[in-house]
Amino acid sequence: MAEVVLRDLVKTYPGATARATDEVSLEIADGEFMVLLGPSGCGKTTLLRMVAGLEMPDAGQIVIGGKDVTYLEPRRRNLSMVFQSYAVFPNKKVADNIGFGLQVHGVPAGEVRRKVEWAADLLQLTPYLDRYPAKLSGGQRQRVAVARAIVMDADVLLMDEPLSNLDALLRLSFRAELKKLVSELGTTTLYVTHDQVEALSLGDRVAVMRNGEIAQCDAPTAVYDDPASQFVGGFLGSPPMNFLTGTVEQAAEGSRLDLGGQSLTVPAALSAYAGKPLTLGIRPEAIEVADGDGALTGELQVLEPLGSSALLTTDIDGQTVKVQAPPSFRADPAERLSLRIPPEACRWYDPETSLLLEVR
Amino acid sequence: MTTELRQPVESTGAAATLPPVDLAPLRRRRVRAAWVQAACIAVTVFMALPIVLIGLAAVSSRNALVQFPKPLLPSEYSTETLLAFFQATGTFPALGNSLLVGIYTVVWSLLIGAPAGYALARYAFRGKDVYQVFVLLVRALPIVVLSVPLATMFLRLDVYDTVFAVTLVHTTLALPTTVLITASIFVAVPTDVEEAAQVFGCTRWQAARKVVVPLALPGLAASSIFTFVLSWNEILGATVVTLGHRTLPAQVLTALDEASTAYRFAGGFALILPALLFIFVMRRYLVNMWGTTLR
Repeated sequence: MAEVVLRDLVKTYPGATARATDEVSLEIADGEFMVLLGPSGCGKTTLLRMVAGLEMPDAGQIVIGGKDVTYLEPRRRNLSMVFQSYAVFPNKKVADNIGFGLQVHGVPAGEVRRKVEWAADLLQLTPYLDRYPAKLSGGQRQRVAVARAIVMDADVLLMDEPLSNLDALLRLSFRAELKKLVSELGTTTLYVTHDQVEALSLGDRVAVMRNGEIAQCDAPTAVYDDPASQFVGGFLGSPPMNFLTGTVEQAAEGSRLDLGGQSLTVPAALSAYAGKPLTLGIRPEAIEVADGDGALTGELQVLEPLGSSALLTTDIDGQTVKVQAPPSFRADPAERLSLRIPPEACRWYDPETSLLLEVR
Repeated sequence: MTTELRQPVESTGAAATLPPVDLAPLRRRRVRAAWVQAACIAVTVFMALPIVLIGLAAVSSRNALVQFPKPLLPSEYSTETLLAFFQATGTFPALGNSLLVGIYTVVWSLLIGAPAGYALARYAFRGKDVYQVFVLLVRALPIVVLSVPLATMFLRLDVYDTVFAVTLVHTTLALPTTVLITASIFVAVPTDVEEAAQVFGCTRWQAARKVVVPLALPGLAASSIFTFVLSWNEILGATVVTLGHRTLPAQVLTALDEASTAYRFAGGFALILPALLFIFVMRRYLVNMWGTTLR
């Protein structure tokens, strides 16, 4: 149990022109489940590897449980890790794999066996303890990797995309299991993923990364509902947030966003943007198809029945907007749909900086 | 309330109009497979026939040696030929020398070459490519060119005509290939397995010993087979740096001119046999260690 503090971590790989992480600072509370989320190449894995001690930062500091570990060897940091490729030892039986860390640390054999059996029981690996990993399926191998990590009683648990090599169904069930397991253990966890659903479902907090920097770090609902930038809104959600850019027009009854034909009410707080471009961000599931009394009219281009919902691709004055409609919704192509845009679901962005504008 | 059962749509009529199954591609595939088989057999016969013939000759009697055409199985087994070889002066010491040189060469080239191969596999360092080419340069020089200066140096250092001298020459010859082969072996051992070992409490050295070496063992075995056979078969260098303490091939080569036919056949067989045995022993490590064929 320990809190983790990362301060201004800089890392540039030899031969690279851009920084892999650019002065990243992050504080993870004791027992918190922190998820690092971002597209590939955003520096999330580099950050994790620096915490693990597998990569040395060029500048900055890493503190675990009040102790500086910035340049310490991995084995002296008292952490454990689950690798994307599982990284189970093919030359050791499952039991020896799980007990590996304990054995290396010189824990007595009886104690090792007791802990291995406890972890195996927790992850339903008991029937496989005497097998070699080659005889296991991918999901079972990942269980071995997780079991190997949790027997250590480490201060910090690091996970590098542990579910990404599993098939979709297995990923879903193992995700829930993992969440239960980690919350029971209460270990401080740093979890790297590029899967936004995984991040939202697992994390106490989610740090969204881009180009070596943290774009936003907040609770999953906050990150999803109030994306701090257009990048975060566009990265989270499936389909992602819609963005509509127009010019703010000053009218008698208040400011309106002119989308080139149609227009939309702009909150009074943003009247300073009169005459300037402004971007509206709205989630596809927030938009409702109305019976003629909607604020905007969009031309239906594609209707995709997805089972649990129907995904509509509409065109509003040349800008594409995705709408999530009820599964029973049917309409003909090229039909003009009236769309209701609830004001409370609208987020406003400055197109120049693409950052969220505070309205409340 | 009525429940309607949906009937699966039956395909009607379509089956009747389907074209007949075209078996020609299947037949072509089989013919091709047969050709590959035949080629495999041909290569095997080409490789194995000399070994079989020399083996047969070695267990035949002296009279049978001159028979032509040779019977596929010898009419009478006899230890006469082999005895003639082993009773010849210098055979046993030479055999011992050869074995010692072979084993020492394997040990030394692995001790020196494997760490170099590991470094090549794991680290990016300045001059890596140049180093890889440079390592091979040793093999570009003819052995004679290497051995003569070595012989004079060994004479000066008073190690001439010893197993140690031959070991040095063979290790030098084996090192380039050992370095490059082990490098490709270590590349195949996943980095994250090693990193996992480090995270779970190993030093770099422990991680190498507990995880990397066991995983690299099949490859290291293959590499040592290669080295052993290279040392066992090497004649020129061994001849130049020894005089009285010859290795077996050097000994056989020197004695070949004045030797009897029996000595030649038995000598040839004795030269093949240990290398074959070594390969059979090490073969176990090549594949199928933990229930899987390793890369």
